[in-house]
Amino acid sequence: MDKKEIEYIANLSRIELTEAEKEVFIHQLSNILSYIEKLNTLDTENIKPLAHTMNASNVFREDKPESSISREDVFINATAKIDTFFKVPKVIE
Amino acid sequence: MEYEVVIGLETHAELSTVTKLFCGCSTQFGVEPNTQVCPVCLGMPGILPVMNRKAFEYALKLAVALSCEINRFTNFDRKSYYYPDLPKNYQISQNYYNLGVNGYMNIEVNGNVKKIRIHNVHLEEEAGKLIHPEEIGADYSLVDFNRAGVPLLEIVSHPDMRNVDEVESYMQTLRKILLYTEVSDCKMQEGSLRFEASISLREKGSDKLGNRVEIKNLNSMKSVIKAIEYETVRQGRLLDKGATIARETRLWDEVAERSEHMRSKEDAQDYRYFPEPDLLPVLIDEKWLHAIKDTIPELPLDRKQRFMEIFKLSDYDAGILIEEKALADFFEACVKILDRPKALSNWIINDLLREVKDRKLDIYNLPIKPQQLAALVEIIEKGTISSTIAKEVFSEMIQAGKAPQAIIEEKKLAQISDENLIELVINKVIANNPNVIEDYKKGKKNALAFLVGQAMKETKGKANPKVLNELLQKKVNT
Amino acid sequence: MKLLESNSLQIKKKIVSRELHSTDIVRHLFERIKNLEPDIQAYITTTEEEALKKAIEIDKKIENNQQVGLLAGIPIAIKDNICTKNISTTCASKILKDFMPPYDAFVTKRLKEEDAIIIGKTNLDEFAMGSSTENSRYKITRNPWNVEYVPGGSSGGSAAAVAADMAFMALGSDTGGSVRQPAALCGIVGVKPTYGRVSRYGLVAFGSSLDQIGTLTKNVKDAAVLLQVIAGYDPRDSTSLQVPVPDYLDNINSGVNGLRIGIPNEYFTEGLHSDVNKAIKDALKIYEKLGANIVYLSLPHTEYAVAVYYIVANAEASSNLARYDGVRYGHRTNNARGIIDMYSRTRSEGFGSEVKRRIMLGNYALSSGYYDAYYLKASKVRTLIKNDFDNAFEKIDCIICPTSPVPGFKVGERANNPLQMYLSDIYTIPANLAGIPGISIPCGFSSDGLPIGMQILGKHFEEKRLLQIAYAFEQETDFHLKKPALRVPLRQR
Repeated sequence: MDKKEIEYIANLSRIELTEAEKEVFIHQLSNILSYIEKLNTLDTENIKPLAHTMNASNVFREDKPESSISREDVFINATAKIDTFFKVPKVIE
Repeated sequence: MEYEVVIGLETHAELSTVTKLFCGCSTQFGVEPNTQVCPVCLGMPGILPVMNRKAFEYALKLAVALSCEINRFTNFDRKSYYYPDLPKNYQISQNYYNLGVNGYMNIEVNGNVKKIRIHNVHLEEEAGKLIHPEEIGADYSLVDFNRAGVPLLEIVSHPDMRNVDEVESYMQTLRKILLYTEVSDCKMQEGSLRFEASISLREKGSDKLGNRVEIKNLNSMKSVIKAIEYETVRQGRLLDKGATIARETRLWDEVAERSEHMRSKEDAQDYRYFPEPDLLPVLIDEKWLHAIKDTIPELPLDRKQRFMEIFKLSDYDAGILIEEKALADFFEACVKILDRPKALSNWIINDLLREVKDRKLDIYNLPIKPQQLAALVEIIEKGTISSTIAKEVFSEMIQAGKAPQAIIEEKKLAQISDENLIELVINKVIANNPNVIEDYKKGKKNALAFLVGQAMKETKGKANPKVLNELLQKKVNT
Repeated sequence: MKLLESNSLQIKKKIVSRELHSTDIVRHLFERIKNLEPDIQAYITTTEEEALKKAIEIDKKIENNQQVGLLAGIPIAIKDNICTKNISTTCASKILKDFMPPYDAFVTKRLKEEDAIIIGKTNLDEFAMGSSTENSRYKITRNPWNVEYVPGGSSGGSAAAVAADMAFMALGSDTGGSVRQPAALCGIVGVKPTYGRVSRYGLVAFGSSLDQIGTLTKNVKDAAVLLQVIAGYDPRDSTSLQVPVPDYLDNINSGVNGLRIGIPNEYFTEGLHSDVNKAIKDALKIYEKLGANIVYLSLPHTEYAVAVYYIVANAEASSNLARYDGVRYGHRTNNARGIIDMYSRTRSEGFGSEVKRRIMLGNYALSSGYYDAYYLKASKVRTLIKNDFDNAFEKIDCIICPTSPVPGFKVGERANNPLQMYLSDIYTIPANLAGIPGISIPCGFSSDGLPIGMQILGKHFEEKRLLQIAYAFEQETDFHLKKPALRVPLRQR
């Protein structure tokens, strides 16, 4: 992992890193990734990936309205709002 | 150089469920911002999605209607990107096991049927809405999450279209299928049906695809057509100059009627799809699939063909009748009662649709019943009323929601065929118009028409025109 | 003081029989919390006022001969990544400082329904990412047995609180061992149920396919009763299964005669501390004495578990933690230029370095061009690991192994070596990958006087059997009755 990759991933992660942090992360993540390399010693050609540990499927709810939280509770944790909108810095499309 | 345009469409249709895809919040349109939200659709910590069965079945129904191969094992995936209208900063969508793949849809252009292949049909959640204040210098945007989590169906076509007529037909046909299957209300003004186009040009005769440009922000079918026309010209000019087309996404500006660069292929978002661990897979068995198939009505183009073959309707008439499922259903119900398809189709196309337009009637909730229209046509054919009177009766039927017999009786509109009665009227008309008789005898043949009109006026239009004409002829010629 | 050393069922019995008032216990307990907290640092939030209110309510119910719940009057602590309505839930992160959930987690609701008394929210590694509780953005919890040592993690606050008698029982969450490992290091009982046994609704997600809420208690019976309350189907969690919940206390003393205990060779290799090795071997002798049979076996893919875990858990985490963007809740930076800047600064200020590291690792494993090599590969090896267990359970009834390779480590000792820290969870991670239940119970002490935990793993939904097996051992030993020699107040030393 190099600096360019760290910067790419940091951007994907929406995390701002200082130059010093980048250095530390390059070192630490490289270590972890080389440890993870051990997976490549296994042949998994015909193995199915496991996303869920249980044999279950088809879980649904019916199309019935349920009461939502109160209006105050919608904004109880919001930093910025105007009327009944959440407010964010200007988004340029 | 001459170019061929290659067009593919991506369609998003909001499904007409009562509640959102993963929570019990209402999907009603146009309510106060952030009043139809809950911890699930606000993406609050620790909260989990649970799939709306109806939404899934609607998606399945459409995939079947578009002749897709149904993945018997489907799964949902997270699609990650940051945007303030996306509460979790990932969208629950499908990527690895789309609900339906390899389907097709037949479209009709100038009487020819063309097969457009469908790449895939999948189910996902809608995002919220960003509002950019109009005040000058505003340094903020506003977010409303009422739409966030509404079930959204994505239908991706292959690049099988070659001109705007095909695109127009594709959009109209797909819209009709969505309406026929009743999975979406397709209200474009509410954003419940949206399109994105991808366009490339290639030298005529070549089978190599050119560099593709995607166009977003197409808010109406008209915009889609205009954007494609614009893009065709733009790319053509570039190619004529020997330039290469940049693979990019462009935004359509509806007001300026031009597209602008949004992002290039190199900046393509890295969506990091992976299986959604909070939802279990859905397995679709034969029984379920059959049950879904049973709910799919005859699709518009098939119905049109049948109307032309069985009822001997013209291409034009059949096309109008199938435009709305309710109208086609109405027509068939009428024909079932009275086997006069041509007459019934005329009444529906000419009179009913005019009333619908004038009175802004809801086609899905008409004030007139099929039995009533059938009865009206039957009465006309029996000669009880003239077609002129029939128009009046029809209008009254729409207004009062009454059966034609009742109106005819109430207003005493039944046709007069009694020769004695009609003769009395003729005598009166002749007596009152000696000059006209003179003119007629001098050879002015249309003077007779005037007398017929006068006689009709006297009988308030109820005189049997055939009897009236015969008697009048006899009278003036003797 | 003796009163607070009682276990939960003893306390409940005294309250229900009117021998004691619930309010008195709560008062005593908060006195102890006040005395010990400066040294143990177990709690992020305490809720004395609400707890007393609830205690008065329960006392009244009992006075009026009204029916009371299964946990009537038992003071319980909740890990601060489990949502509690109107009590802040921070995940030990700055990004959720002051976050007030407008909803209760399924388990919180169940505790309230059964008349438990919620006394506070316990410290953890930020977003449960860690094995030592050092990654909290608020405080470092200490091990009550030796305050120079970590209590384990990430449910270190819950484990330390129970071990130091600062709570009678506690809830934790276990994604890779976060209930079992701190239970082991603090000398108490920790249960990680089968994935799908307990609803995750209201548990702030870390690794969604691995997370499971678990119990931290003073003994096995307490674990049984707490699990009884929190287990069960919840329609708001699609991954919670509709499997009937048995009566866990019923027949808990059915013994282990004829039980086939599997010992995986791979768990007894280099890196295992000799004191831990000895304690487990001694424990096995007790089981043999009780009529169980030992079967040595292999779980051949064990050595890949940590690598698989750090891809799967962190890939899921990178996506689960994307929602902390300052828009709807949580911390938002004060100085942002534009929306993207707002995101990046909010998250950089809000998350600690371990969380950032894991988000980065997870995003890397999912990013374009790496998905197949990392995430998909790991998911496939996960299948192999699950198959190992499936195969093993055809021949045995349970697996016994150490919970942690070492009895403990000192605060700061592993803080700068993430990989070494990750390897602390080598024995607990496989159960999460396979979704099977596990329990850690005290089985001895190291030469330094630190408690040692023994892990028992079972088949899916066989928590009841695990509790019986654990209970049989507990009846034969008194490790669970030993108390750390906490002098009060410690800080005056």
